[in-house]
Amino acid sequence: MEDLLPLIWAVILGIAVAMYVILDGFDLGVGILFPFTDTNRQRDQMMASIKPFWDGNETWLVLGGGGLLVAFPRAYSVIMPALYLPLILMLLALVFRGVTFEFRTVARRTRRWDVVFAASSTLAAFCQGIVLGGFVQGIKVVNGAFAGGAFDWATPFAALCGLGVTAGYALLGATWLVMKTEGEIANRSRRQARVLLAAVLVFMAIVSLWTPLAFERIAARWFSYPNILFLWPVPIVTLLVAYAGWRGLQQNSASLPFLAAIGLFLLGYAGLAVSTFPYLVPPALTIWQAAAAPASQIFMLMGTLVLLPVILGYTCFVYWLFRGKVREGESYH
Amino acid sequence: MSTPMDLDPVLLARSQFAFTIAFHIIFPSFTIGLAAYLATLEILWGWTGAEPYKRLAGFWTKIFAVSFAMGVVSGVVLSYQLGTNWSRFSLVAGNIVGPLAGYEVLAAFFLEATFLSIMLFGGERVPRWLHVFSAIAVAVGTTMSAFWILAANSWMHTPAGHEMREGIAYPHDWIAIIFNPSFPYRFAHMLNASFLTAGFVVLAVGARHLLAGRHVEEARTMTRMAIALLVVLAPLQLLLGDQHGLNTLKHQPTKIAAMEGHWDGSQPGDFHIFAWPDQKGERNLYAISIPRGSSLVLTHDPNGLFPGLNDVPAQDRPPVTMVFFAFRIMLAIGGFMILAALCGAWLLWRGQLFDTRWYLHIAAQSWWTGFVAVIAGWVVTESGRQPWTVQGILRTADAVSPVPAASVAVTFALFVIVYGIVFSIGIYYINRLIATGPGGAAAELGGEIGPPLASARVAGHQALSQ
Repeated sequence: MEDLLPLIWAVILGIAVAMYVILDGFDLGVGILFPFTDTNRQRDQMMASIKPFWDGNETWLVLGGGGLLVAFPRAYSVIMPALYLPLILMLLALVFRGVTFEFRTVARRTRRWDVVFAASSTLAAFCQGIVLGGFVQGIKVVNGAFAGGAFDWATPFAALCGLGVTAGYALLGATWLVMKTEGEIANRSRRQARVLLAAVLVFMAIVSLWTPLAFERIAARWFSYPNILFLWPVPIVTLLVAYAGWRGLQQNSASLPFLAAIGLFLLGYAGLAVSTFPYLVPPALTIWQAAAAPASQIFMLMGTLVLLPVILGYTCFVYWLFRGKVREGESYH
Repeated sequence: MSTPMDLDPVLLARSQFAFTIAFHIIFPSFTIGLAAYLATLEILWGWTGAEPYKRLAGFWTKIFAVSFAMGVVSGVVLSYQLGTNWSRFSLVAGNIVGPLAGYEVLAAFFLEATFLSIMLFGGERVPRWLHVFSAIAVAVGTTMSAFWILAANSWMHTPAGHEMREGIAYPHDWIAIIFNPSFPYRFAHMLNASFLTAGFVVLAVGARHLLAGRHVEEARTMTRMAIALLVVLAPLQLLLGDQHGLNTLKHQPTKIAAMEGHWDGSQPGDFHIFAWPDQKGERNLYAISIPRGSSLVLTHDPNGLFPGLNDVPAQDRPPVTMVFFAFRIMLAIGGFMILAALCGAWLLWRGQLFDTRWYLHIAAQSWWTGFVAVIAGWVVTESGRQPWTVQGILRTADAVSPVPAASVAVTFALFVIVYGIVFSIGIYYINRLIATGPGGAAAELGGEIGPPLASARVAGHQALSQ
């Protein structure tokens, strides 16, 4: 049981982070696409499509960070200081972005809040990519504590991840708008989604080639026997999902492109999980080394098993309640 | 060798954290009380069908939304700062504090976020009862949030239910951890503070509109409801604070000594109305005191003894001046609150409240009292715990992250700039919404009128053009 607990928690935390990336990903993506819109009315509509959801979406980020502290305090106490600057920048961007939802509604001149919304959404997405890159490339740990410098994360690889995540969120945002809006916004989003889909595939390809070349542990994971027997379909499935999304965009399907974008995220995410498992702080701490006391993990697990389904239940309820399209010039009717 | 570039990383990390948490606490301390008020208004409207309740609920919902958003974004920051600034604390206390914070997220944050969306944007999509239910769910969520975070915070003051192994805290009794010795007192005191904070804002807004002669019916309702609440809760806070103080005397006597400016534990304590504690000289300067006042309050005996600051080594004492003055600010505001509430209740009973302009003027200017009292109270309790982060277990100097001082300094500056901009604009907008009043277009929010964004924009425009 004691060996199983960290594994269970790694799965729960993985679900929380995946939920965050997909859910806040699409609403950050809508923000990233804000500058490429012509009229204020359209921006109102874009905003209206995400307004009932953003707060709940961002709560998964708190659960991700909080969950890491709960289940793996040793990893939390290493990762947070190691990625100090990009994390704090991301948080500051999210501060600006979160209040914009309310301020833009109350303000007389919305122009400045449009700029703030776009800039902070983009910065938050880019910083999250940097954090991902900094995590994948490894963190220097001595005696269980972070022992690197303030800019250890600043590598070309992390910058690439930053751009990749930004493009990915924009893809989620564009396909969300395809699903939730009509008319001009939906048409433009469809065009944007095609470009973004291609860009995301390119970024995924580069990361997939870069990581095994640069990190021996990742190459060994993917290309050693018998792993490769199980893993070779991953890139093929990725291409199939991308093709489905492309077809959906060509055929004006409402929800297929969004589902395909989610599929791409999950596949990329699974790929990263395969690359890093069992490390929580590669290459220093495994999930077992980083785990909290079993009593703490069990105490929290009991609550999670009861509350997580409830949370998923009312999250679904809200998405169901605010289902359907946001029409031009109005928000929810 | 010390150069000006050698910034003290502990002091910087503390300053940054104190800044972000002080900004954060402003919003929950308001929204916890306001959520309960909103739920009350929604229930009253459902019960009586009276229009003023409906308009007031719409009006305060809009203000709640802006305040809540600022509370959310400043709170997300904190959940990461525990790691970025206090990674050693996360390691030592993570087994205990982590699950308590985790329960806050699972039990409260999602509940609040989801049902606030329904409150704000549900409009005609949901039946009336679900709207009322959402308001209640948000109020319950904010209270549960306070429950868990104060359980975690109280454990840092009065740790219990754990054992230390190799310098790391391990849980062995969760009930003892959650209901640690200071938790019931702290929770009651803080929750009541939050109701007082919201109560004085509601009172001030009502008084403001009464003075201007606008939205008179709603303003009277607000003022009446606020006074009725405050006349009970303001005196109650004195009792709760007293009990919390006695609990602190039992578990953290050095904090009490700092609050009282009490150095020599072998003598009864005077209550210093004013003094300048001289930490190096271990004495008070310019003291104006009520002889044996502190002994009387704390031990119910004018000759009673309680530990002084000199009973512990100098390095185990909190920053006395800060704790001492913050305590006096809190006390002074508490006194004002009781006086204002009793006076208002007297006027209300005599039927003169709405015409007594001097009282309304004072009430209209007193919206800030709860916020300042809450921050002062937090300074008392948190600075009073120093030099410990977890009392008796982990010193603040050992809790800090291995992050270069320059990184902390730069991000501290960024926090000051960003929070300065964001929160001053937020308060400006809230003030505009308040000025528009419940009779304005803001009242339509949350009701059945059309697209919420559009109507909110109308409200915003009217607010800004008036």
